[in-house]
Amino acid sequence: MSIEFRQVVKRVDSDTHIYETDLRLEQGGFNVLLGTTLSGKTTLLRLMAGLEAPSSGEIWFEGKNVTGVPVQKRSVSMVYQQFINYPNFNVFSNIASPLKVARVSSAEIKKKVEKIAGLLKLDNLLGRYPSELSGGQQQRIAIARALVKDSKLVLLDEPLANLDYKLREELRDEMPKLFADTGSTVVYSTTEPMEALMLGGHTATLHQGRVSQYGVTSEGYRLPDNLTSARVFSDPPINTAEVRKQGGRFFLNQKVSWLAPRSLRGLQDNIYTMAIRPHHLLLNADKSGSIRIDAKVKIAELSGSESVIHVDVDGNDWVSECHGIHPFDSGDHTEIYMQVDRCLYFDQQQQLIRG
Amino acid sequence: MARIELKNIRHSYPASKGEAQVWALEEVNQVWEDGGAYALLGPSGCGKTTLLNIISGLLTPTEGSVLFDEKDMTQVATIDRHIAQVFQFPVVYDTMTVYQNLAFPLRNRGMKDSDIEPRVKEIAEMLDLTESLNNRAAGLTADGKQKISLGRGLVRPDVNVIMFDEPLTVIDPHLKWQLRSKLKQLHQQVGTTMIYVTHDQTEALTFAETVVVMYEGRVVQVGTPVELFEEPKHTFVGHFIGSPGMNLLPCENVDRMAHCLGNALGIAEKKETHSEQFQVGVRPEFVYFDKVGIPVNLNKVDDLGRYKVAEVETDGHILKMIVDEGQDIPVENPRICFDLDHTRLYRDGWMVETEEVTP
Amino acid sequence: MNKISNQRAWWLVVPVVVLVAFNALIPLMTVVNYSVQETFGNNLFFWHGVGWFEQVLTSERFHASLLRQLAFTGMILIIEVPLGIAVALCMPRKGPWVSVCLVLMALPLLIPWNVVGAMWNIFALPDIGLLGRMINGLGIDYNFTQQPVAAWSTTVLMDVWHWTSLVVLLTYAGLCSIPDAYYQAARIDGASSWSVFRYIQLPKLKRVLTIAILLRFMDSFMIYTEPFVLTGGGPGNTTTFLSIDLVKIALGQFDLGPAAAMSLIYFLMVLLVCWVFYTAMMRNEEQ
Repeated sequence: MSIEFRQVVKRVDSDTHIYETDLRLEQGGFNVLLGTTLSGKTTLLRLMAGLEAPSSGEIWFEGKNVTGVPVQKRSVSMVYQQFINYPNFNVFSNIASPLKVARVSSAEIKKKVEKIAGLLKLDNLLGRYPSELSGGQQQRIAIARALVKDSKLVLLDEPLANLDYKLREELRDEMPKLFADTGSTVVYSTTEPMEALMLGGHTATLHQGRVSQYGVTSEGYRLPDNLTSARVFSDPPINTAEVRKQGGRFFLNQKVSWLAPRSLRGLQDNIYTMAIRPHHLLLNADKSGSIRIDAKVKIAELSGSESVIHVDVDGNDWVSECHGIHPFDSGDHTEIYMQVDRCLYFDQQQQLIRG
Repeated sequence: MARIELKNIRHSYPASKGEAQVWALEEVNQVWEDGGAYALLGPSGCGKTTLLNIISGLLTPTEGSVLFDEKDMTQVATIDRHIAQVFQFPVVYDTMTVYQNLAFPLRNRGMKDSDIEPRVKEIAEMLDLTESLNNRAAGLTADGKQKISLGRGLVRPDVNVIMFDEPLTVIDPHLKWQLRSKLKQLHQQVGTTMIYVTHDQTEALTFAETVVVMYEGRVVQVGTPVELFEEPKHTFVGHFIGSPGMNLLPCENVDRMAHCLGNALGIAEKKETHSEQFQVGVRPEFVYFDKVGIPVNLNKVDDLGRYKVAEVETDGHILKMIVDEGQDIPVENPRICFDLDHTRLYRDGWMVETEEVTP
Repeated sequence: MNKISNQRAWWLVVPVVVLVAFNALIPLMTVVNYSVQETFGNNLFFWHGVGWFEQVLTSERFHASLLRQLAFTGMILIIEVPLGIAVALCMPRKGPWVSVCLVLMALPLLIPWNVVGAMWNIFALPDIGLLGRMINGLGIDYNFTQQPVAAWSTTVLMDVWHWTSLVVLLTYAGLCSIPDAYYQAARIDGASSWSVFRYIQLPKLKRVLTIAILLRFMDSFMIYTEPFVLTGGGPGNTTTFLSIDLVKIALGQFDLGPAAAMSLIYFLMVLLVCWVFYTAMMRNEEQ
């Protein structure tokens, strides 16, 4: 099912939760809403579900205006951050509940529930009660309930946020597979850029009630339309600095400059914002086309296989993320190497300058 | 300041009637050196919070003893252990200002106001709270409140250890970065022992010098982040640390050579035990595509921006591999090889010593 | 929030609207009607304006019973709220004793008002009542049917016995909702039990306590049955509270006009206090 927001605005009292939004989510497939808390993700989901009505504008499903249609008539299922299950039903009845409401025959229910339970590895837990299960299993029940209903639209509101790191990884991996065969349109909200990338599909980045970009997830990550999307879609935070373009070169400061890429040679001389992702700042010159920058180390975080070095470059707080273990003391001076071919440039309106 | 030692600690919560006693902690022996930055890492229900509460004295262990600098503290009350703790959900005294919150532990200990003030100001400065000192604590954001909780520990001059119980749970992802590196910076500044409990490997590995991995009430490995990454002593550690976790495949011992799915691996166990069944473990970072090697089918590739995760299948077994940005993934007849320096053998879940052998 | 809705749901409210109309609105309007008219029987009414209101507001009798009422309400609040908090703090938070304590606490609340009055009447009788005999046995001259002080203390004691449980239960629920981490943090910070109460429990109980005080205020301000059964408002008029006085005027003397005016004044006072509490509570929540 395709979903379309047409000039949708959502206001509550004097607060605007969603500013005028036009957005079209394609039929089938995974759509991710990515943004920090209070960026409007949940509001968008609730508008799609029909739990809330837009203050103005329209919502269209498959070319039909559904703006006033109540949630019961929308063929929607929703999974929340909290594990919401019926505590006095066992797993089987929990999964079967939407089918019972829809008056499906009990033979059919049994067949469907067992199939879904198998997919979600709940098949040997069908007789148990939610309180006897772990968080991961409880959330699986909620997901199973969304799956069994065969809704055209499945909404997932940060479904993995309350789970352990490893469980999150596991379910995140399974999720696209589970929904792949159903033909449902899935909308999934998250605060974590990595999660969006792992889920794939399409991603809309949200910031303070505005959709700043929508497109294929990995493309949106590589070429964000604007600085806001670049910031939202980066973990660790993307490094930015003001650069001056002069005579075909970009200048970070007096000492550091580099040749502008061919496509940007003709760009007007001015001040621009440059952004570079942490993993394109390295501690060695292994990658061709990298330039040296002097930096002062603020803190080095070393995980088992990588180093995250927080540095000060000309008063900018930057982060470098690189393979291997590179211990530093706070205050050390070091040089970092920036892959200039990976730099993104934004104009004064914070829009990406494309070649 | 003290060196903390846990000796033969076991703990079980009172069982309900008719149920067998379940040990939440099975025999833990662990030393926390003075001034160290430790992480206690494990999935929920592994006993890490129980262990934390035993150190802080909020729980008395069923068996075993807690020593601070060789002195038995098992029965000593929380307040006399001189510890500080930061909880999952920020605890602040709502009716007090930030200043009063920070001064509270000192006032309770009968310190003079004139001594309290410089101390509180110093700590507030460290935590970037100076500007909100006179604001009501209830009005702060979650990360501000969490800083106050930490500040109440830092402010005390006599603290033996500061413990963190999943302190970043309610913090927004983009602020987690800041608070996490702030904690690390503070550790370097004040040098107090810190123990950080979490299920999140990134937090644990980046914060700690030594990580204690727990699983089902036991400590399965203690080591530096590098050791845990390169030489997981137990398959659980291999799986739990690293994202995606370690690939595990069945493996056989044929003529003093480990064979995985019919391919000689080039390693063997050092001390021959004549056991037949092994598992071979290799991290996704150390599996690479090559012209020779084990033939596989490519299932899918996830583009994570910085790198790609390829999922390949051979003989019904699934492996994940990490492929750097910009590297190509062969589509036709892909074959994979393992980096032998980073390939480990496991028997009954535990790692065995290996050596390289030429076939 | 404007939810997607269809308007049919309003029909579900109709029965309640009808019920409230018959229950509250119509009787209230009758009272308003009486309060501005004079009647000499035979269902003949004459317009009297605000005369009855003036009469009531200036009458010494009304002043005296209002004063008694305020004194009584103030007294029981001063006793019941701290006592209720204290009892709630002593109750166990875990274990098998929780349900025992809760049932014991709930028991007095289940007894009907007039039964409580009758119970205490017999209990406190100086000649045959257990309490009365005991106090007299201690050498204290005690007779609640004749001594104002004894009558007052018995009434207050009865109310405390009957209603402290309500404060206890509300406070207990409030205490149970405070996360363990707060207590643990306080232990680590070296807080004394007084500090724990002052800086953790009391601030977190603010909401339930407001509700408890509101409920106890309303109930005690409108108390009728128990003192009526216990003392009948005596000796003399010493325990004649507002509602008892009201009934005396309305049914005893059949002065419908003044009684109606008094009811309305009474009603407005209760409404005012409710409003004050409500705004205070809302302001708290905004913070």
